[in-house]
Amino acid sequence: MAPILELRGITKQFPGVLANDHIDLTLNQGEVLALLGENGAGKTTLMNILYGLYKPDEGEIFVRGKKIDIHSPSDAIAQGIGMVHQHFMLVPVFTVTDNVMLGDEYVRGGGFLDRRRAAARIREISRQYNLQVDPDAYIKDLPVGLQQRVEIIKLLFREAEILILDEPTAVLTPQEVDELFGIMKSLVEHGKSIIFITHKLREVMDFSDRITVIRAGKVVGTTTPQEADQNKLAAMMVGRQIELQIEKKPAEPGEVVLQVRNLKVLDSRNLIAVNDVSFDVRAGEILGIAGVQGNGQTELVRAVTGLLHPISGEIRFLGKKVTHATPKEFFELGAAHIPEDRQKDGLVLTYPVKDNLVLNTYYHPPFARGVMLHQPSIYTNAEELVRKFDIRTPSVMTMLSSLSGGNQQKVIVAREFSRPIKLLVASQPTRGLDVGSIEYIHHRLVEKRDEGCAVLLVSTELDEIMELSDRIAVMYRGRIIVTVDAKEVTKEQIGLYMAGVVPA
Amino acid sequence: MTTQTMTKSATGYISPTRERVMGVLFLIIAAAIWVFFIRNTTPGVETTFGMTPGGSQVQTPDWVFETYTALNILLFLSIALAVYQLVRGFKRYTNIVLGVISGFFIFAFLAWGASGLSLNLSGLLRVMVIRSVPLTLGAFSGILCERSGVFNIAIEGMMLTAAFCAALFGSLVNIWFGLLTAMISGLVLGGVLAVLAIKYKVNQIIAGTVINIFATGLTSFLSAKFLQKYQYLNNPGRFPTWDVPGLSQIPFIGPIFFSHNLFVYAMYILLIVLTVALFYTRWGLRLRSVGEHPKAADTLGIQVNRTRYMAVLLGGTMAGFAGAYFILGSVGRFDEVLTAGRGFIALAAMIFGNWNPFGAFGAGLLFGFADSLAGKLTILRVPIHNKFLEMAPYIVTMIVLAGIIGRGQPPAAGGQPYEKE
Repeated sequence: MAPILELRGITKQFPGVLANDHIDLTLNQGEVLALLGENGAGKTTLMNILYGLYKPDEGEIFVRGKKIDIHSPSDAIAQGIGMVHQHFMLVPVFTVTDNVMLGDEYVRGGGFLDRRRAAARIREISRQYNLQVDPDAYIKDLPVGLQQRVEIIKLLFREAEILILDEPTAVLTPQEVDELFGIMKSLVEHGKSIIFITHKLREVMDFSDRITVIRAGKVVGTTTPQEADQNKLAAMMVGRQIELQIEKKPAEPGEVVLQVRNLKVLDSRNLIAVNDVSFDVRAGEILGIAGVQGNGQTELVRAVTGLLHPISGEIRFLGKKVTHATPKEFFELGAAHIPEDRQKDGLVLTYPVKDNLVLNTYYHPPFARGVMLHQPSIYTNAEELVRKFDIRTPSVMTMLSSLSGGNQQKVIVAREFSRPIKLLVASQPTRGLDVGSIEYIHHRLVEKRDEGCAVLLVSTELDEIMELSDRIAVMYRGRIIVTVDAKEVTKEQIGLYMAGVVPA
Repeated sequence: MTTQTMTKSATGYISPTRERVMGVLFLIIAAAIWVFFIRNTTPGVETTFGMTPGGSQVQTPDWVFETYTALNILLFLSIALAVYQLVRGFKRYTNIVLGVISGFFIFAFLAWGASGLSLNLSGLLRVMVIRSVPLTLGAFSGILCERSGVFNIAIEGMMLTAAFCAALFGSLVNIWFGLLTAMISGLVLGGVLAVLAIKYKVNQIIAGTVINIFATGLTSFLSAKFLQKYQYLNNPGRFPTWDVPGLSQIPFIGPIFFSHNLFVYAMYILLIVLTVALFYTRWGLRLRSVGEHPKAADTLGIQVNRTRYMAVLLGGTMAGFAGAYFILGSVGRFDEVLTAGRGFIALAAMIFGNWNPFGAFGAGLLFGFADSLAGKLTILRVPIHNKFLEMAPYIVTMIVLAGIIGRGQPPAAGGQPYEKE
């Protein structure tokens, strides 16, 4: 029997990058194929070609042995190919029903929406595949896990046979991930075939039938979970041996550096995002804040870095009250911040590397002499940091926008770590980075801790929290519902806390 | 787009400060009723509100009441509401109560202004409906464009050009042809905006401004050169008033809402049609989807740019229709820049109406009322100079937009050209 989908020699060139280099791929009916690769390896590009969003420069696509042309998403949909994008393609202010039927509406009387019939069909799909969701709910009111279900329902509504899931687990809690895999299983049982894109090794090992690894636009190999192990896959993915576990000494906590008491912070919509949060971070320890995205971590970080002023509560930094301090006062006192959105908050993309490296010290000697900048010092500083922190850049004059994500992050790390700091607030420090850069950043964070710096690590990646933290606080709906010693807790427990299950 | 989940426990937070500020504001309004109106009214004097517009067949008896008593009742109610606000708070109904108290204030103002005199209340309201027409229709134009993700600040220029065409071609051929050319001129300018904004991805504010400047210059020049010189080119006539059988006979309401010309009825019909089309048809769902999340629409096989072209062309036509009102539904002749910023007030009405046809209609009526009031006040004993009274619609616009009422929810992708990667 011919495979349900076959790609032959797919090649796609972007300016300066060969994103896909003669990629061959087969997907059999009723299987889960994991497409494994680092960020930037070309997985998403390949799937966007399959879904008709990009045109390939070369290559052929076969569905059930028949060669087909895909010029637009409509062609792909017509061929039974559906895709759940990494960033959901849902209109927040529309209902589930409207989102699901958009583009393939149920109408009567020549154009009037038949919402009742569409909702009935959605309920039918929900029952058949065990995907419970309220058709009349608005997307903006649904948690991410449910939004993802809506995306899957969208594909089933269009009777897709081949489902592409692009990094589906990135935004989910461990429990939601398990639910998703349950759903995938039921889809496969109904004869659907799934391509599942990820860079997480554990998931690949647990839930796929076959694994195809892509590196730098090329297929490195295809294997099965039975034949491979995590270390082997990591090596295939990165091209060298990777240390998956980080070695670290036991923490030696010292004095309290950051003290937060009964903090209440509003978000941009004036809703309470951080509700009565209290914690301490001591010198020489890493406090990890775990939680699903959107449970108040962003606002908490903004409050303890001076970017957002709390409506009540108190923040003390080395005993000094800094509740309403400005970001400048914070870092003058010795706080460093690796922001969640590095391109928006941490860097000026249209400045060269050298200027980004002095963004918060430019007014101090030796970088400033009176009101004038002292360019030679700025240069020397940049040359030195680029070497010390292994920032891969053609020169210190290169615009930051042309650096890769990992190297941009290294610029922030270099800038913040080259100052004498007592507190480091790192928010999603490895988001979007490849395995190699993640390893690097993790080592640096532990190094800072060992030097006696207090580290507040906020991450939605549970593995990262588990690996680096000495203590873990779990945020759920704006509150810290539990704080535990990292050594005395399992990943499953943390996962339950993240879902709001409070320990008895 | 990063989809951020809303945390469920985060209930709507109304800051106690805002509650208190609003309470104090209510008290200030109450105090103003007392200071400005009650103190200046002699007990026993009566206010007469005319309930029949001039020239109407449907007679309703005048409404006569004692000014002093009425003002005191309004004062008492305002204070009661203010006290409740300060003690308990109206929470999410605060804005509605603010509207009610503002209404009291305006009523008190009218009652005071007309004490010992007679004010034709129904005439005032009838003019409100008439004046709301270009604002509401202009707002509809904005809604069509912005719901699809294209800012249209060129409504003013489109209306002005359309008004010019209506005057010229209405005079040369007939008013129906004038109306048609007005709509076509709007369509053409809509096309210009669409090509600039969608195809060439020009900043949409700049594109709109360019159209406004162009329209002002061109019509002023042509008007001075031809229309003002040769009056037969500037005499298109007007659409006659037509009473809706039955409805126009309702006392008070009938003459206000159902004794008008084509444009007012078109506004009512378009209000229904647009609401149904936007929210209950496939066409509307797709149009709104490209304004909210064009990429999502694209991945579902919807042609984003084609949809936007269609929306902007329709919006232009709508603005053209609105522009024709100035000539064929109102004054009957063209003068330089006779739209006088109504296109921008229409935009304000669209925003205030939360990009919703019914909301825009309500906002149009509010601004229309300010406009109508400014005209009426000149005959009352109000010690304010005419020129200042004429500012009323603009001042109301500013106050409303300054956000006393609250924030709306604009289409998420507004102003952003769509690019496939």
